[in-house]
This record gives sequence, structure tokens and C-alpha cells, in this order.
Amino acid sequence: MSANKPLPRVGSPLSGGVTVAEGLGLPEGAALPAAAGDGDVAGAGAGSPEAKAGIPSATSAANGKSKRLRKGMTNSFWPESMMPTESPHRGFTAPDVPPASVYDQCVRCGLCLPTCPTYLETLVETSSPRGRIALIKAVDEGRLDVASPGFVHQMHECLDCRACEAVCPSGVLYGQLLEPARTQVERVTGVHRSPGERAVRALTLGLLFSNLGTMRAAAALLRFYQRSGLQKFVRGTGLLRLLRLEALEAQAPRMSGRFFVARDQQWRGDARSTKATAFLHAGCVMTVAFAEVNDATVRVLNRSGCDVVAPSGQGCCGAIAIHAGEMEMGRELAKRNIAAFERSGADAYVVNAAGCGSALKEYGVLFAADPQWADRAAAFSERVRDVTEFLDAIGISPELGRLDAVVAYQDPCHLLHAQRIASAPRRLLAQIPGVVLREIEENAICCGSAGIYNVTQPDMSGRLKRRKVEHLLAVSPDIVATANPGCALQVAAGLRDAGRSVEVKHVVELLDDAYAAYRPESRAPSARASSIEG
Amino acid sequence: MERSGLITELQSIVGERHVLTADEDLLAYAYDGTWYQSRPLAVVLPETTAQVAAIHRVATRERIALTPRAMGSGLSGGSVPLAGSLVLGIMRMNRILEIDEVNAAAVVQPGVVNADLQRAVEARGLFYPPDPSSLKQSAIGGNVAENAGGARCLKYGVTGDYVAALEVVLPAGEIIRTGGKMVKNVTGYNLRALFTGAEGTLGTITEITLRLLPKPRFLKTASAAFERIEDAAATVVAIGSAGLLPTSIELMDRTTMRCVEELQPAGLPLLSEAMLLFAVDGNHEPSLDGDLAEIERIARAHGATAVQVAANAAESEALWNARRAISPALARQRPHKLGEDISVPRSEIVHMIRAVNEIAERNRLTIPIFGHAGDGNLHPNILCDRANPEEMARVKTAAREIFEAAVALGGTLSGEHGIGLLKKQFMELDVGSDALALMRRIKDAVDPLGIMNPGKIFPEPGGPDAFCL
Repeated sequence: MSANKPLPRVGSPLSGGVTVAEGLGLPEGAALPAAAGDGDVAGAGAGSPEAKAGIPSATSAANGKSKRLRKGMTNSFWPESMMPTESPHRGFTAPDVPPASVYDQCVRCGLCLPTCPTYLETLVETSSPRGRIALIKAVDEGRLDVASPGFVHQMHECLDCRACEAVCPSGVLYGQLLEPARTQVERVTGVHRSPGERAVRALTLGLLFSNLGTMRAAAALLRFYQRSGLQKFVRGTGLLRLLRLEALEAQAPRMSGRFFVARDQQWRGDARSTKATAFLHAGCVMTVAFAEVNDATVRVLNRSGCDVVAPSGQGCCGAIAIHAGEMEMGRELAKRNIAAFERSGADAYVVNAAGCGSALKEYGVLFAADPQWADRAAAFSERVRDVTEFLDAIGISPELGRLDAVVAYQDPCHLLHAQRIASAPRRLLAQIPGVVLREIEENAICCGSAGIYNVTQPDMSGRLKRRKVEHLLAVSPDIVATANPGCALQVAAGLRDAGRSVEVKHVVELLDDAYAAYRPESRAPSARASSIEG
Repeated sequence: MERSGLITELQSIVGERHVLTADEDLLAYAYDGTWYQSRPLAVVLPETTAQVAAIHRVATRERIALTPRAMGSGLSGGSVPLAGSLVLGIMRMNRILEIDEVNAAAVVQPGVVNADLQRAVEARGLFYPPDPSSLKQSAIGGNVAENAGGARCLKYGVTGDYVAALEVVLPAGEIIRTGGKMVKNVTGYNLRALFTGAEGTLGTITEITLRLLPKPRFLKTASAAFERIEDAAATVVAIGSAGLLPTSIELMDRTTMRCVEELQPAGLPLLSEAMLLFAVDGNHEPSLDGDLAEIERIARAHGATAVQVAANAAESEALWNARRAISPALARQRPHKLGEDISVPRSEIVHMIRAVNEIAERNRLTIPIFGHAGDGNLHPNILCDRANPEEMARVKTAAREIFEAAVALGGTLSGEHGIGLLKKQFMELDVGSDALALMRRIKDAVDPLGIMNPGKIFPEPGGPDAFCL
């Protein structure tokens, strides 16, 4: 291409003779491709001294169109943005299109690669955030089909852990690309699901997560199954293998003995230091499988001087649906929470599951295009606080008893990356007398839990689980502390697989234990009694 | 041989799942850290030198071009493949084979990430100085291929200064080893130097032995603000003349500082035309304090309005954070930026800065200047929008004028990024026709079929006029 020729725009008609500058390394979108099957364009180097002298040269026969290189090699391939458009590439369809304004911010520096769990495991560019952004852009520009197997796979292989987002120097909000991209994939591939798969999906997402009553009923059944001896019997029969439910059954968390039901209860805080009123978002899975964590949260908030209210009408935060590409279902769930919480004045909406907290904090983004809900959603999100963030801000009571234990803190991705909360949980743990807090290698790399990822992508999930457990065991902890139910289950399973009995607890459970262990005479200068090891 | 036969043969070398041919994979291996891209035929991911050699033999027999690629964070297009060729991705070769404390050397595979190597050797009290800004997302193989630099080059030199030995697979598949752990080695031609910075056009690097230094125990930082950028440049020269050798002297001009402040307020001296950031390192803390005092004296004598010595690690980190924020800060100003990498003798920095400012004004462009002023390596970044052809024409003119100015001042096109695709049309302007012809003869002698990373370094016909952005 001569210097003065205007740069053709993407999609402009193909023009005739192609020079080498166009055959290789084109600035994206800047030039024309050779027509497929075009013969050897050997004239490119004709003007060079070697060509005039008749000396064949690898360097002068420009860009590899040397006569010594394979004929036609460069001509069968396409610079980006210039893929033939005859093929029925379906771009994205409104609504919920990954915004070009977001992916265009990527300058392809590659800083996200070493933070991406799937890149670290595969060392393949396609499995990196930069690669996935390139694919999303390619689909949006009609160069790749939204239903192409590799695209579908990559949108699902991504854990949505957002580690890339936290380090991106250009500020690419990756989550805002991935979640709509998954919705797009779901829109075109969902129709191909088998009736059975569709039924399971409708059942879990539509029934379980949308209705806490149904979830509790199912959980009660599961609890009966787990505790009555039926589980032992069924596992013995081989029925699970027959129904291909083995993995799923093993992943199911052990149900709590008593469920946590939010029905506008109020718990009065320690009257000596009333600081705030917190509305508790109790979650869905948290209420049936981690009810004791919710109980602990209430007690710790109370002891720290907070009144706690569990507003009725609340429900699942919608994260599971949104991550599964069901944005609309996610919005329906979000609306219920917004309505349930905005009724009266709370100082903060406190949540103890990092994944839920991250979703609640992003309601503003979820409804950005909906004039009816945008302001309400944004106002809701502004009040959301992770329980560790909230306790760290208001300060906990010094009436903490001793817990002599080496504690390894496991960062939930949706706390560390999505909410950028790293020091609050560590500061809280470090205040417990007797706790020795140890940092692990690769603390910013996902454990592979990632919502329902451990069910949908068992292989990658298992690899990341083993990687995490290895790093945890390297610091010989007595207790692993975390702040998200998914991480807790995943890490506990990994530790069990490794044959190690290490307790896994939520940060608030440890605070609750410490409060419970307090005896006035045992009062010790907490800051000195605990330590942080690097 | 048909494409499918070729793929099958490559699969038999590296294993089926390490040959990528899906559309999605070809899209993901089409680019590097520039805005160039073109789609390969396939991506081959070897794990051993023997596999690399076998791939080379197939490529040679089939006359198919090969582009070695590590992490793809290069800034000159060096690892963008020839359309329809093979990408030879070496990231599976990512082991640190040995850290030899006795001989102060590390033996690594090319896929080892620079930051990981630094961490590993520092744990043993050793030090690998080359620190390109991309150290977390660039691998040693790519660093050697592009002869990467960094902020510490003023005192410690570039990647090539640490390459003690290389294992290279030549284009036709022969495996050579050149160099060793010894300090001195003048036996025959210096082939290590030939392959370092050759941008993958002469062979594939499969193992690198790097020289290491003892890790300095202390690092201290200071900054100085100048009302006139000329005074900052004069300070750099005066520090050198005073017999001081800081680890780094980094420069930010006012436009750069403004962009950084917009992204993350750091209290930079926005009323000043320029800021210098100094680092000194060594084992004797009082002598570092003495060096900084001397630097402060010289800076003030040259008109520095505010000199700050970082009192502790946190203050020092805040200053370097501002430095590290430059690239992203500039990237957010306009849709695109063209980052140049010219390098001039220290004495000419002031003239180079003036020239860039004139070029910016003449072409009605914003061109912030920052860079490693201490070693004369500046990064004028031309901010632009590639959707605007009229502006891009001015960008092209400006880029060309910057190259011409650098060469006229006795400088060069690239200090640390390499030539790749981005600067190849200006090669003759810089090295001259005879030297370029010699380079071509070397290329032809080593790679007579031209299969290694074609299209890089050597200009297309037309010279600067055929420069395409």
C-alpha cells in the first residue's frame, strides 16, 4: 500500500493487486486482504537491488513471499477485520451486548495474563483475558460466530474471577464484557440444550434460586437424604453413577440443621456502643447450608455494637443466574432485593458472601440501561458492604478471647478482585489474640469454585483446587479462613481430597469464636498477642 | 503436503492438543502488544528443544514460515506472524533449570517470565538487572530476542549484557550452543550477540544462560521538578559529568504528568515543565545518601525548584507508582497511542525533546515525552484516533520526523522495543545502505529459505514513504 493511499475502512470492497505490506502484520482494520486462492504475488520485492540483480533473497522478496517459500502461503489467510463475510457469522444481538467502549480500551499489553488462573494452567493465549477480549471483539465485528465451539468454551472456561480486571492498567471492566457475552452465548446455544438439560436449568435457576421457600423445601429433603442414612444407602447402590449424578451429589454442601429465614427479625446490638443499624442480606445457599455463618454474623455485628435487621422479601442476589448468562432472571431477583431493602433507613446493607456482595454492589451497572430502576439500583449498591469491610470500618470490640491457631486466609476472588477488599479481613483476623496469620503463595489466584464452575468445568476446577490446596498446606495452617461459601466448600473438599483435616471457617465465625472465648480476666493486649507472618 | 497432513505431522511432534488450529486460537495468536495482527495457519506449542528442532525441519521441508512467540507483549510487532505461517509458541518451555550461585548464573528456558526469574534469584541474594516495564508479562526468550531494556539500564545495561550463553535452533533444525558460564569468552565470532536482538529472524532461542550480580542491599529514590525542561536535560548531563552513576534517571514532561494526575492523583508538580526521578542502589547506605545529596545539589544548581528525597520505602514506592502509571494514563487520553522508542546520546536529550515538541506543534498532535532520560532512551507517545484518517496521516508524518530527528542527532530508531514491523521502513535511514545490505547477507546466510519470522526488521521497497500505520 502506498503511503498516500487512504486507509480503507473495515468491510470496504476488495481491490486488486495486493502488496506485501498488506499480506503481513497489518495494523488491524487498516488494509485489504488478498483474494483467497490468488497466486503467488512475487512482484513485491521486484524493486529491491537484489531482485534487480536476480539474486534471490529471503529478505528482499518481501515478507516471506520469497520464491523459496511455499507458494500461495500468504494468500489464503486474512488480516483481522477482513474475514470473508459470506459465512453466516451471527454477531451479538441486543439487549446485553458486550460494549465496544469497554473492549476497545484493551491495548493488549498482556499484564492480565500472569493473573489469569486459566492462562496459568494452560499457557494458551486463547484462555487468557486478552485472548477472550479479542474473541468477544471478533464476534462483535462479525469475524467469529457467537455459537462457534471455541468461543462458547472460552466464555464458560473463564471463571469470572476478575483478577484481570484488578490489574488492568487501562481499566478494562472485564466483567462487563464477560457476563453479557455469556448471555449472548446462552441465547444462541440454549435452544440446543436437551430437554433434560433445560429442565434441570429451569428447575435450579427458575425454581430454587428464585424462590427461597422452594429452596428451603429442597434443602430439607437434601438434609433428610444426607442425615437419615439414605445417602449412605444410595451411594452404595450405584444409582448415582447410573444417573450420572455422582459428581453433582458429592458437590452438594451439607445442609444446616436449622435454616436461617429472614422475616424482619431485629437483633439489638451491644448497648454500650451502638454504632449503626445493619440490614443483613442473608443470601440463599447461605440460609440453608451456612445458616450458622449467618447466625455468627448477627452475633458478631451485635457484639460490635450494631443493630441487625433481616428484611423480609429478600432473596437470592442473582449472581448465579447472571454468571450463567440469564441476565433477565438476575434482574428480576435484584428488583426483589432492592424493594426489600430500600423500605427503611439502614446505615448499610451487610452481606457475608463475597460473590453475593459483588453482585449486589453491581446492581447499578445491571440496571444502567433501565431508566425506571437505574437510580434505585445505584442507591442500593452504594449501601452494600461486605461484612469484613463493614466491621473493619466500624471497629470491633476488644473483648476477644484467645484462639491459638495458625490461620491461612484464602482471598475470595469476588472480595479481592471484584470488590478490591484485601486488608479488612486480614486486619480483623490479626486482632484475635493468639491467631498467627500466614500469607499463602498465589493468594490472588482463584480456587476454582467460582459459583457453579466446579460443576460445569470439573477438570479446570479440580486443577485450580489442587493448586490452591498445595499453597495452603505449605503454610501448615490449623484453620483456613475465607469469606465466601463457594470458596469454603471448594477448599474444604480439596483439603479432604488431600487427606488433611484442616478446619475451614468464615472470618466472622472466627470472630464469633473469639467473642465467645472472651473472659474478662483473659483480656490481653490483642495487637501484641497476634502477629502477621509474611 | 496438504494442510491436514502438515497438521498431523506437527501433532505427531508435540502431541495433538498442542497444535492449535481453531479459528478462536488463530485469532488469539494473531497479535502482540501493538495494533498489528495477522492470522497464522496454526499454532504449535513445543515443550522441548528437540520438538522445536523437529518443527523447524518440517517448516524447512515445507517452506513454511515460523514466528517464535513468547508472551506476545512486544511493542514493535516482532511476534505478529506472517499470515498463513506457523506460530511457534514457547511458553510451555518455562522452567528455571538452574541458579548457579557459585558462578552467578541462571540457566532458563525461554518461557520463564522476567519477574519470576527476578524473584527466584533475589531469594538467593542474586540480581538480574534488566527490568522492562513489561517484566510481569514478558518472558526471557522475548526479552533476549528483542534485547529488552528497562529503567535500570543506565547503570546496568540491557538484556544482551547478561546473555552468557544461548541454545538456538537454527532455521533448518540444527541445534547450536554458544557461550557458557565463564565471564570472559572471545573465541570466534560472538554468536550470542548475533542472536540477541535478532527478533527471531535467525533461529529459535531454546535456552538462555544469564549472568547475575550480587543483589544491592539498598535502593533510594529522589525526585526533582524543573520549570524548564531544558534544565532537566542539563541536570542529566551534569550528573554524568560529575562522576555519578545512578541506577535510573527517569523523565516525565508536563503533558505526561497531567495525564498521570488525571488517572491517579500523586501530587506531581504540574506547574513544572518536567520532573526527574532518580534511583541509586548499592550496599553502603551512607554513600547512597551522599550520592543523593550530590544529585540534589546539581539539580538545584540547574534550576530545580523542588527536590524530594523519599524518606522511606512507601514514599519511594509512591514515586515509582506514578512512573508506572504513565502508559495506562496516556492510553486513556485518546483511543490510541503510538509509542516511540528513540534513543540518543545523553548530550542530545535536550535537542531531541525540543525537536519532538516542534514536531508535535507542527503536526497539531499531542506527544507526551517520558522515558529513561539517564540513558538517552525517550518514549514520545503520539496520541491519536485510528478511526480518523486525516489525523493518522499527521501521525505518520510526525513519527517519521521523530525518527529523522533522532538519527540526525546521532541516535537510533529503537532503544529497547526492537524494529519488528513498526520501524522497518526506516532501517536504511538509521543504519545506512551498506550496513543494511550486510544484515541482509547475514540473514540470507543463516536462513537461506527465509522461513524465520519473515517481514520483520528488513524494509519493504519504498523506504519511509511506504510506512504504513
